[in-house]
Amino acid sequence: MLILECPCCGVLADETELTAGGEAHLKRFGPESSDDEFEGYLFRRENPRGVHFERWRHSHGCGKWFHAARNTVTLEVYGTYSAQTTEPPEAIRQKISGVAPGWKWRLFK
Amino acid sequence: MSQRLPKGGRLIDRSTEMSFTFNGQTLHGYAGDTLASALLANDRMMVGRSFKYHRPRGVVASGAEEPNALINMGQGSRFEPNQRATTTELFSGLTARSQNHWPSLDFDVGAVNAHLSRFLPAGFYYKMFIHPRSFWKHVYEPFIRQSAGLGQAPTERDADTYEHFYAFADVLVIGGGIAGLEAARAAGASGAKVLVLEQTAHWGGRAPVDGGHVGGRPVEDYIDSLVAELQAMENVTLRSRCMGAGVYDHGYVLGYERLNDHRPGQDGPRHRLWRIRAKQIVTATGAIERPLSFAGNDVPGVMLASAMRDYVVNWGVTPGQRVVVATNNDDAYRTAIALKKAGVDVLRILDARETGGGALMNTARDMGIRIDCGRGIGKVTGGKRVKKVQICAQAGAGGALEEIACDAVAMSGGWSPVVHLWSHCGGKLLWDGDQAHFRPDPSRAPTGADGKPFVTVAGSANGHLGLDAILPDAGEAGRVAAQAAGFKPKRAAAVAVDPTTEAPMEPVWMMPAQARPALRAKAWLDYQNDVKVSDVRLAAQEGYESVEHTKRYTTLGMATDQGKLSNINGLATLADALGEAIPNVGTTTFRPPYTPISMGSIGGEARGAVFQPVRETPMYGWHDSHGADWEPVGQWRRPYAYVRPGETTHDAVMREVRNVREGVGMLDASTLGKIVVKGPDAGRFLDMLYTNMMSTLKPGKCRYGLMCSENGFLIDDGVVARIDEDTFLCHTTTGGADRIHAHMEEWLQTEWWDWQVYTANMTEQYAQIAVVGPKARVLLEKLGGMDLSKESLAFMEWRDGKIGSFDARVYRISFSGELSYEIAVPASQGQAFWDALMQAGADLGVMPYGTEALHILRAEKGFIMIGDETDGTVIPQDLGLNWAISKKKTDYLGKRAQSRDHMTDPTRWKLVGLETVDGSVIPDGAYAVAEGTNANGQRNTQGRVTSTYHSPTLGKGIAMGLVLNGPDRMGEVIDFPGTDGTVYKAKIVDPVFYDKDGEKQNV
Amino acid sequence: MFDLQSALANARFDGIAQIRELGLQGMITLRGDVAAPVLKKAATAASGTAMPGQRKAVFSDTGGMAWMSPDELLILCPYAEVTDRLEALTDALAGTHALAVNVSDARAVFEVSGPHAREVVAKLCPVDLSPQAFSPGDFRRTRMAQVAAAIWADDDQTLRIICFRSVARYVFGVLSVAAQKGSEVGYFQAG
Repeated sequence: MLILECPCCGVLADETELTAGGEAHLKRFGPESSDDEFEGYLFRRENPRGVHFERWRHSHGCGKWFHAARNTVTLEVYGTYSAQTTEPPEAIRQKISGVAPGWKWRLFK
Repeated sequence: MSQRLPKGGRLIDRSTEMSFTFNGQTLHGYAGDTLASALLANDRMMVGRSFKYHRPRGVVASGAEEPNALINMGQGSRFEPNQRATTTELFSGLTARSQNHWPSLDFDVGAVNAHLSRFLPAGFYYKMFIHPRSFWKHVYEPFIRQSAGLGQAPTERDADTYEHFYAFADVLVIGGGIAGLEAARAAGASGAKVLVLEQTAHWGGRAPVDGGHVGGRPVEDYIDSLVAELQAMENVTLRSRCMGAGVYDHGYVLGYERLNDHRPGQDGPRHRLWRIRAKQIVTATGAIERPLSFAGNDVPGVMLASAMRDYVVNWGVTPGQRVVVATNNDDAYRTAIALKKAGVDVLRILDARETGGGALMNTARDMGIRIDCGRGIGKVTGGKRVKKVQICAQAGAGGALEEIACDAVAMSGGWSPVVHLWSHCGGKLLWDGDQAHFRPDPSRAPTGADGKPFVTVAGSANGHLGLDAILPDAGEAGRVAAQAAGFKPKRAAAVAVDPTTEAPMEPVWMMPAQARPALRAKAWLDYQNDVKVSDVRLAAQEGYESVEHTKRYTTLGMATDQGKLSNINGLATLADALGEAIPNVGTTTFRPPYTPISMGSIGGEARGAVFQPVRETPMYGWHDSHGADWEPVGQWRRPYAYVRPGETTHDAVMREVRNVREGVGMLDASTLGKIVVKGPDAGRFLDMLYTNMMSTLKPGKCRYGLMCSENGFLIDDGVVARIDEDTFLCHTTTGGADRIHAHMEEWLQTEWWDWQVYTANMTEQYAQIAVVGPKARVLLEKLGGMDLSKESLAFMEWRDGKIGSFDARVYRISFSGELSYEIAVPASQGQAFWDALMQAGADLGVMPYGTEALHILRAEKGFIMIGDETDGTVIPQDLGLNWAISKKKTDYLGKRAQSRDHMTDPTRWKLVGLETVDGSVIPDGAYAVAEGTNANGQRNTQGRVTSTYHSPTLGKGIAMGLVLNGPDRMGEVIDFPGTDGTVYKAKIVDPVFYDKDGEKQNV
Repeated sequence: MFDLQSALANARFDGIAQIRELGLQGMITLRGDVAAPVLKKAATAASGTAMPGQRKAVFSDTGGMAWMSPDELLILCPYAEVTDRLEALTDALAGTHALAVNVSDARAVFEVSGPHAREVVAKLCPVDLSPQAFSPGDFRRTRMAQVAAAIWADDDQTLRIICFRSVARYVFGVLSVAAQKGSEVGYFQAG
């Protein structure tokens, strides 16, 4: 059972206080989008063995959404960060590069 | 025979006698006994039967690893099967019954399986019961189910309570043996908060039994002072009878505390499940002795050497009078010495090693015990207890050199560290060839959230088998853990410990090494599941190369003991059969819990009235005392109908519907979600959430709206009221309030975070009462207060004001088609308001109505219900709700999805009304059949019922359903077969059955 | 006039700790930019206290204010004063993007007291409730068994809990089970 630090209230939250929200940093495609774009947005998801970016909600706490960068194999948590961003902060990316050189993830490296 | 010794037994109190029953017979033991030691003290050598062959089974171990001594414990509401006698503390009045036999332990019909064992080899069930296919369901399965299982299932409700406890520690030490205590002291000295868990009732583990000296004092004294020292430390907590059950991600550990098992009926919970978060964990879980694989090693009276020593030293019980010891290492000599000291005849030590042992061997010889080196056991004979042992050369094929009569055999195949808790969360093992065991690989520990190791292992769990190695290793583990948890450990103080002078062990996986097939077929690996050396060899021969496959094929290690004794012997046998090295074969996966834990402890407080939250409205108590039949809606309980004396529930529903249509009814609508949405961008936000336009709604007005997911599917509906320029109040369905509030927050926080909108879930602030029916206005006017006339409060408007002296917000909305007011008052005023309405309406015939009447009223009007007409695959267009989908808006959640091919497919089933031809009611969930059959030979379908009721207003069965091309087929009659063979014929009609022009609600 | 009813009418249970439902409590949810001077001024005037820090609560004789999330505060006051305080707060925030609503009736408040109070709550919440980790002034929103709850400590032996009104009976029930006779844990050291 994971522990993630909620960046909104600072609690080291037990997984039972949290709700998982799937892959992070999806770009929304609306009415004008092509079938491929929309399919990608709605259905295509990363399922990496290793570095992953996820959305979580501190649902039994401050109620806020946040992002987590973690490793799906080792369960190492590289960091949690604001939900109000379209990509992970540089500091977290550097930290990941330090432990998992050569990592990549869809849009980021 | 096995019996109590005249003296000795460090854990028992001979002045406190306790009586208990076994299979109905009253026996006696002492305080401090386990059930196993007490049974042995009463010469109960045989305590059960094995799972497959129903072979006689005796106690083989002395602790959690016991595979044989499983009993039905207790009776009635405190009955529990499969309890290990070795970990059951004796108490006065204990009742135990042996398992897996019929009609009695001594005479068991199932034992015939043993004679058929030649025909029941590994994989027998897989091979036998596959053909013919149809036999499985009707012949094999009922038979196998009957014979499966060990103990009986309890029949009464559990009388005990259980609980959880969330604990946080810097360093958690699992195991209260000498290593755990030493590690705890080292960690505690750093100031870290330390929690120590010990599964038994005693501290020190097996060190006091094995003996030795620390700092010139007997090890037992050393342990006593260690415990005293730890107890005096404020930052250290010691918990006995509390097993570390599992180690999970990020330092999460389950501790299983047995509070009242040894004193049933006391106040307080029976078990407490500790849900622990530890920064660092030290596993000091000890080691388990392995059996030797020789023919007849399962006969009652054959016991692990260490267990036999435990019974003598801890409980003053000897399992035999004339004992033979078989070993491949020095440790078993301690047993021979302990037995001899207790006055028991040790007839022979058979040491499989050609050169024998070290200093202990000399001690034993000096005491007059005969030692044969390079010898082993060819065969043990005896049925329900050991009678004779055939001695053979270990290097040979089993030819008997000598036969001696004896009544017990102590065996030792070496020691395996308990690596379970290390391994649960990913700790890796390495093969130690010298000791012939797997032990934790310190370079591959489980890692935590920070990517660093969070488990350290200490003592014999780390592969150290002598005190002189265990103590420094444990102290170091404690310091390493404290440091990793962020504390500064103190330097170690050197203690003088007896040096180890043992000769190396020699692996023995088969005794004798070249045993003939007949002997291998009688050499047990897994006592509980009856897996023998021959079975594993057969599996290997049949191509099972992976240890995981062999385990499942043979059931090796799959019994309730999870192979604590059998795993290493089994995989060594497999490796030998495959011609592979043991580390190449590897182990099976270690999964929590370490030993079975009670279901009650997992449930904790969640049983009975608090099994799950039941949400109550402010008028819950009134409903309950006025005949409410409850219906669960989400976690809410809502009255389904208010049944009066002499009425059926159906009668009540019909009465309630008629009363609303003809007079006035009251509904507790408090459960409807009420979410305030406020801010400069609130209108824009709601335009994205609802399919229709909300931003154009005028303050003071209400509008019905639909919400879809990004997939396009309908997820909720409700009435939106505009409070002021900046503020809207969104009603959701009863089950939807939390979900829709979360849905709103998700979009605001993760997509449109620059929009200026705040939301608040106000659902429970209000008691909301719907006053519905032609006499609704008359009723409300009797209370006085605000003007509720059509002129000042028109249909689909809302106003704040007073009704009587209540603070009310009144919505003129209708889910029934009648004149209707939904009135919200603060929840604390709810009951008083309800009472005032009931009183004022008495002469108008006011009645409360429940959810079923609500459903019928709305169905008569053709209003959809989320969860009935929708099921997560339905879009608003399917329901003919195009009028509620804005054509002007460029975007809303679900709009893009609703333009996908599948969503615009003209063959999607569409909503229609259905009227049975004969007035009957179509069964809920019925499908309309079409011509022909599909690929599976099932009838093709062309629609399904989504809601179906008897309408008292129309006097017949009405329904709503989704039908292929439905709206174009008005008047057509289609067939709905019921499950009882009846075919319901229904005519497709408009879904609005009542007051099509909506005149009644708009008066 | 009529009787106002709190969720459980001051129900109580005596076990290893005392559980009491405390009756109606005035509560205002305030959402907005908590760093904005106008909001600070309005909020502190409504609560009669200073602003609380992250995960903190501050109290005065007649009121209090708790930090709920980065953009949400909970203002506490006597039930009879909530309408007036909300009105004053709303007036003070006129023209500011903020949301202030009366939630007094949407909640229930419990007190758990006695030497074992912390243990009782620690049986239900995944939070370190030792006196070292959680002391008066701290405010924690969490899960209590299967529902949401917020907790603060009045003193070392008194905890207060806020939950939703509809689950008050459930919360009272799980607290009563957790406080049953003979269920002392003995894990927490004195603070």
